[in-house]
Amino acid sequence: MLSTEFVNVYEVPENVQQILLNSCYNCHSNNTNYPWYSYVQPIGLLLENHIYKAKAELNLSEFGDYSVRKQRSKLKSMISQIEKGEMPMTSYTFIHREARLPPEDKNKLIDYLKTLKNTSHEN
Amino acid sequence: MLSLAIISWGAFAQNDYSSMNHSEKDQGKMDMKDNSSASASITVKHSKSASAVIDRYLKLKKALVEDNSQKAASESKNLFDAFAKFNLSAKSNSEQKELSEIIEDASEHAEHISENSGNLDHQREHFETLSNDIRDLIVIAGSDRTLYQMYCPMYNNGDGGMWLSSSIEVKNPFYGSKMMKCGSVQQEFTIK
Ligand code: HEC
Ligand SMILES: [Cu+2]
Repeated sequence: MLSTEFVNVYEVPENVQQILLNSCYNCHSNNTNYPWYSYVQPIGLLLENHIYKAKAELNLSEFGDYSVRKQRSKLKSMISQIEKGEMPMTSYTFIHREARLPPEDKNKLIDYLKTLKNTSHEN
Repeated sequence: MLSLAIISWGAFAQNDYSSMNHSEKDQGKMDMKDNSSASASITVKHSKSASAVIDRYLKLKKALVEDNSQKAASESKNLFDAFAKFNLSAKSNSEQKELSEIIEDASEHAEHISENSGNLDHQREHFETLSNDIRDLIVIAGSDRTLYQMYCPMYNNGDGGMWLSSSIEVKNPFYGSKMMKCGSVQQEFTIK
């Protein structure tokens, strides 16, 4: 894994890493896992377009290359998207059950991201 | 009177860590105002380099105060264009790095606001982060007018939110007609 990887930029605890990998990495990283139905057109095209957009928005594999300002801004946005239930995208979790965020995982992830956000203003 | 002002400054400084970044310490000259408002005053240099950005930011703010999502989207597009035209090369080397980071982040927020016509909540969320960027931009690049940093402690489930205004009259861009009066002057940016 790259050193700019979100889970390497911070000392992300194992359990939180797992949540991020399951629920966010599939769209927001350089190692996206294309599922079987992506070979069925036009679903494949649609998904590719989605992932292209998702990565432009937030690429967790390149998080370490972001400026501190941008990292802070993305953390804030991640927290809010998860809190509001906008992410992970429901159109996707509908098919991809393993990407769903059960309430306890959701809280764990939000709590962790909040501590990161509150410490990142200092540097 | 003076001691009271100092106490309230201390309380404020603890609350608002985000405004106490390096650039402000380096560039901004902070001084206590000894008038009744007891809010902090920061002197920034007089400059027209950010005039278009400030103009368009204030128009965007006005659209949000008016709960006008569509207008906010179009004003935001104009703000995005103003960032693209910001003349970084005219700035000193030491300022360029931070300014370009500010502009990169701010442009993204402007873009999201312009793409989310019909979703005021989401537009306002980006506007809050954008306001922090604009504040930091002014501290480095200067301003052509006096600006006020306003703060509403209720926004975002009590995390609070700040914005900039050219007047001390409170017109809240996060709540619009729902809670127009939430907020107070937190800081004044005066021109040197
Ligand atoms: C199925 C793919 C997918 C998954 C899984 C996913 N996202 Fe996204 N995400 C997207 C897409 C696509 C966008 C772009 C949104 C748009 O254009 O409407 C996006 C946008 C975002 C944004 C920017 C939101 C904004 O408009 O301000 C954030 C932050 C985000 N995602 C965080 C996350 C987090 C955190 C997770 C895991 C909990 C996650 N995403 C899981 C596809 C995904
Ligand atoms: Cu957005």
